[in-house]
Amino acid sequence: MSGPNKSYDPVEVTPLNAEEIDRFVTEAIAAFAAATTVAELKEARIAHTGDRSPLGLANREIGALPPQARKDAGKRIGQARGRVNQALAARDAEISAAELEATLRAERVDVTLPVATAPVGARHPISGLMDLVSDVFVAMGWEIEEGPEAESEWTNFDALNLNVDHPARTMQDTLFLDPPSDHLVLRTHTSPVQIRSLLNRDLPVYVLCPGKVYRADEFDATHVPVFHQFEGLCVDKGITLGHLKGTLDHFARAMFGDVKTRLRPSYFPFTEPSAEVDLECFVCHGESVNNPDRPCRTCSSEGWIEWGGCGVVNPRVLIAAGVDPEVYSGFAFGMGVERTLMFRNSAADMRDMVEGDLRFSRSLIGQAR
Amino acid sequence: MRAPVSWLREYAAIPESATAREIGEKLIAAGLEVETVEEAGADVTGPVVVGRVLTAEKEPQKNGKTINWCSVEVGEAEPRGIVCGAHNFEPGDWVVVALPGALLPGDFAIAARKTYGHVSDGMICSTSELGLGDDGSEGIIVLGSGDAATDDAGNPLVAGADATALLHLRDDVLDIAVTPDLGYCLSIRGLAREAAQAYDVAFTDPVTVDVPAERHDGFGVTLTDPACPVFVAVTVTGIDPQARSPRWLQRRVQLGGMRPISLGVDLTNYVMLETGQPLHAYDAATLTGGITVRRARAGETLVTLDDQTRTLDPEDLLITDESGPIGLAGVMGGQNTELRADTTTVVIEAATFDQVSIARTSRRHKLSSEASRRFERGVDPNATYAAAHRVATLLTELAGGTVESAETVAGGVPAQPQQTIDADLPARILGADIPVATTIEKLTASGVQVEQVGERLVLTPPTWRPDLRDPYDYVEEVACKVGMDVVEPVVPRAPVGRGLTKAQRGRRAVSAALVDAGFVEVLTFPFVGPSDLDALGIPADDTRRTMVRLANPLSDLQPNLRTTLLPGLTAAAVRNTSRSNDDLALFELGKVFWPRPEHTAAPVLGVDRRPTDTELAALDAALPAQPNLIGCLLAGNWQPAGWAGPAAPAGWQQALAFAEIAAHAVGLTVRREAAERAPWHPGRCAAILVGDEVLGYAGELHPTVIHQLGLPARAAAAELNLDRLIELAPDRGALPPLASFPVAKEDVALIVDAGVPQAAVEAALRTGAGELLESIRLFDVYAGDQIAAGKKSLAYALRFRADRTLTDADAAAARDAAVAAAAEQFGAVLRS
Repeated sequence: MSGPNKSYDPVEVTPLNAEEIDRFVTEAIAAFAAATTVAELKEARIAHTGDRSPLGLANREIGALPPQARKDAGKRIGQARGRVNQALAARDAEISAAELEATLRAERVDVTLPVATAPVGARHPISGLMDLVSDVFVAMGWEIEEGPEAESEWTNFDALNLNVDHPARTMQDTLFLDPPSDHLVLRTHTSPVQIRSLLNRDLPVYVLCPGKVYRADEFDATHVPVFHQFEGLCVDKGITLGHLKGTLDHFARAMFGDVKTRLRPSYFPFTEPSAEVDLECFVCHGESVNNPDRPCRTCSSEGWIEWGGCGVVNPRVLIAAGVDPEVYSGFAFGMGVERTLMFRNSAADMRDMVEGDLRFSRSLIGQAR
Repeated sequence: MRAPVSWLREYAAIPESATAREIGEKLIAAGLEVETVEEAGADVTGPVVVGRVLTAEKEPQKNGKTINWCSVEVGEAEPRGIVCGAHNFEPGDWVVVALPGALLPGDFAIAARKTYGHVSDGMICSTSELGLGDDGSEGIIVLGSGDAATDDAGNPLVAGADATALLHLRDDVLDIAVTPDLGYCLSIRGLAREAAQAYDVAFTDPVTVDVPAERHDGFGVTLTDPACPVFVAVTVTGIDPQARSPRWLQRRVQLGGMRPISLGVDLTNYVMLETGQPLHAYDAATLTGGITVRRARAGETLVTLDDQTRTLDPEDLLITDESGPIGLAGVMGGQNTELRADTTTVVIEAATFDQVSIARTSRRHKLSSEASRRFERGVDPNATYAAAHRVATLLTELAGGTVESAETVAGGVPAQPQQTIDADLPARILGADIPVATTIEKLTASGVQVEQVGERLVLTPPTWRPDLRDPYDYVEEVACKVGMDVVEPVVPRAPVGRGLTKAQRGRRAVSAALVDAGFVEVLTFPFVGPSDLDALGIPADDTRRTMVRLANPLSDLQPNLRTTLLPGLTAAAVRNTSRSNDDLALFELGKVFWPRPEHTAAPVLGVDRRPTDTELAALDAALPAQPNLIGCLLAGNWQPAGWAGPAAPAGWQQALAFAEIAAHAVGLTVRREAAERAPWHPGRCAAILVGDEVLGYAGELHPTVIHQLGLPARAAAAELNLDRLIELAPDRGALPPLASFPVAKEDVALIVDAGVPQAAVEAALRTGAGELLESIRLFDVYAGDQIAAGKKSLAYALRFRADRTLTDADAAAARDAAVAAAAEQFGAVLRS
């Protein structure tokens, strides 16, 4: 072990020799300055401030001095020790800071390394969109209603003014449970939930019904046999087609921003008057129409996107559910979730939505909801 | 319905300036679904002219064909030389020539080109080459023969004249998807009426006369069934059987979407397209005695015009003569009485048939025709007489002969049902300021007879509007005619809502927790088959084998509805791995279908009132149980290998964690017990319980199942009854006071038999430790050299806390009590 000035002869120390004391101080300060590590500084500290250091010994000898000399010597030694300790503390701070700095430098990591998180989970975009739609209506005071997917023909057809001779009831469109004499089907739309809502709830009724529906359809890029709809139903006193328009406009804005809706007369057995809902194209706002320089893929430069069907609830439906059409009126609307997803999030192929490829589910992380 | 605009203009005085697209927009606003506006014939451009064949030399070719090397006069200084492969013409015939520079459909550019040793300087055209469809002539178009040949209008043909006008090539056609309520729009008559109303211009009705009083001096007709209220028979004699349809007729029929066949057939089709009244023409010579309209008798058959032998149902309405059935009323005629090449006397039928009867017959025989589509939607009974006469008149104009003055009108036009509505009903329901005068004006323009009685309107619909019956039918009519744009949007004020239900919140919470934990949601089809359950090794007596079946499944391999989510999840996993998505933590939330133990059929209830509670209960009792389950499938790595460490494989642990995460999300703690159940590994399967109720299973899949399905090794799965989980979840928790006294910690290591489940040991420790125990955590499991074979060591960290500072003695006493309980129940020994 090496260190500066550690072989003092303590016997020679005398606390009254001011010159000597100054030398001790000078030597101590020089020793501290020479130390470059915490360990060296510790050695120097013991050598120059410890009990057996010259100053330590000088301090001890003060007691042996005559009283009139004691005061002088005490002051001198105290001042000397103060200077030494100050120098020690200063050097200690310097060395610690340098060492910490060195440590921090040594501990530097590549912050761009991949870090372990939980695996990346994801909601299916269809589920996320149905929740989003539900939230819009819940915020308006509506409630969410659900129903069975395997339904009775009465609820799926008859009560909705689709009598037994209606073309929609043929085997081409509907999946029937076996035997057909059980009069059970996989619901072809979410509309039977309207009937259940009217049967089970107190009036007035304001419900949104999201869910899975089934058609005996071809399976291709724009058709899947199992898909999703959301359906709104409002039955109250004094409800008009204007209330339907107001609701659709609000809903469209909540979903797509500043857009309008348009009603085009159409036909559905369960509503009258019936209409198709068109959504103003939220991408081009109609500016692509007759404007070959600015084609719009979202609306095929039509300016409007066909969104769903709607209308005033047919009084025959109210009667079948025990609601007096002389007192109450209502409106209903229904849209395809897949279709909404297709133009809202530019989904190209419906098959991707049902094949369970996790890349599809993950593609809307943080945006589906 | 395909509507040529030129035809619409014959009956609606639409402004000349209106383009086809504008007319389409008007009709859309009135409630018609105009799908496309087709510019028919616009794909023929450049010089397509009338030519006259001067010479045609037959030249046999090496390839076996014979071509005609023709000289054709096309109104130029010199005739042109043209090679033609067809043979249905002779020198002197007038033909259609596409000259170099012409462009035909399919971007077929005509140019002078070398072929068969000649330079062919143009092309002699057939109908199909010009986009006119196949006219059955098997060759080129022959406009006429000889010097005196004329066009449809009687003007002499001139070589070099534009041929496209002559062929009526160019027209705009609106293609309209007619909704089931608007049967009258399956006609030019109906569409022209709508267009005239939309433009507020004059409409000329092609139906010029009403059905007259019943008379039977013409061909014998007997009606025996109310499903045929009116039947008109008009006879035309002495027609020229050789007469062919003129070009205008063929083109109209073709643009209307039908195939030109023969003059008689083309005319009935033409008048049907025009008036909406389906018509049938019989060869009088083939009819045996008078016509009777009746229902079929058991065992009767009929060969229809499409060459199919139909076995008739007693509900089928028939046209018969004394020989038996000669037509499926309103759907298709019979082959035995169809028009022939030698027909000179024609009986024209125009009748009305019941909508439902025709719809059922059409569906029963899977036979949809232009006639049945119209009758199903309702045809104007008052158009019968006029339509029959229109055919008869055109037939005599084009084929000579005489319309017999003796004719038959059997039955008559049924009375129209009246309806009375509040005069302000349309305004009230639409929520728009529509004066009563406007309502009356619009309904009157639609042909409705309106009588105002005080505040009420008494309404009688026109004969062509069987869709106008209910009060709201008239509301809809007013809405279409005033336009829905006049309605101002108003957001209705819903009563205060209660938000999502417990079940809805629970499903969202579970999904969100699983997503946060790293699971990816998929949606799969719920169709399965027995082979899917075979692959999962599900035994024959398992309740999951009791499945709902579809009567008309999409695939015969998967005719059932799922009773478990696992087939869909495993299929999705296999699809993912086939696409090199190897690390899978998939989940699905969806319904399964469990048949009821007692099978019942759903009752067929009426719709004129609310069903009784008993009826509704019977309806629901017939439905299979449809609980929401939640399932997962894990394969590959949970965490991939990285710079910081090796991969963590996905397996049974994550499957068990799946169940715990789902339960925690709704505030429940589940319990696990070792279980044996397909498709899981018998030693790596847990039943998931709340109390004593099994809510599902989780664990590693059976190696045989993994092999069968082609899943990655050690794939794992879980499935839980989510509806039950949420039902069992606490409705609202309690917030206990938090003790702030210090914790006393004790660790114990216990040696037990290797087969003892740790959960049981933990439960014993928990019970033995008593109230002071705050938490217990297993932190080590050891089996090996240090302890006896067949034993394992379980090390637990116990934390004690109370409403006071616990002494060492307190903690030790609690610890010893815990160990004593484990010792008593499982012979656990403290590991020294």
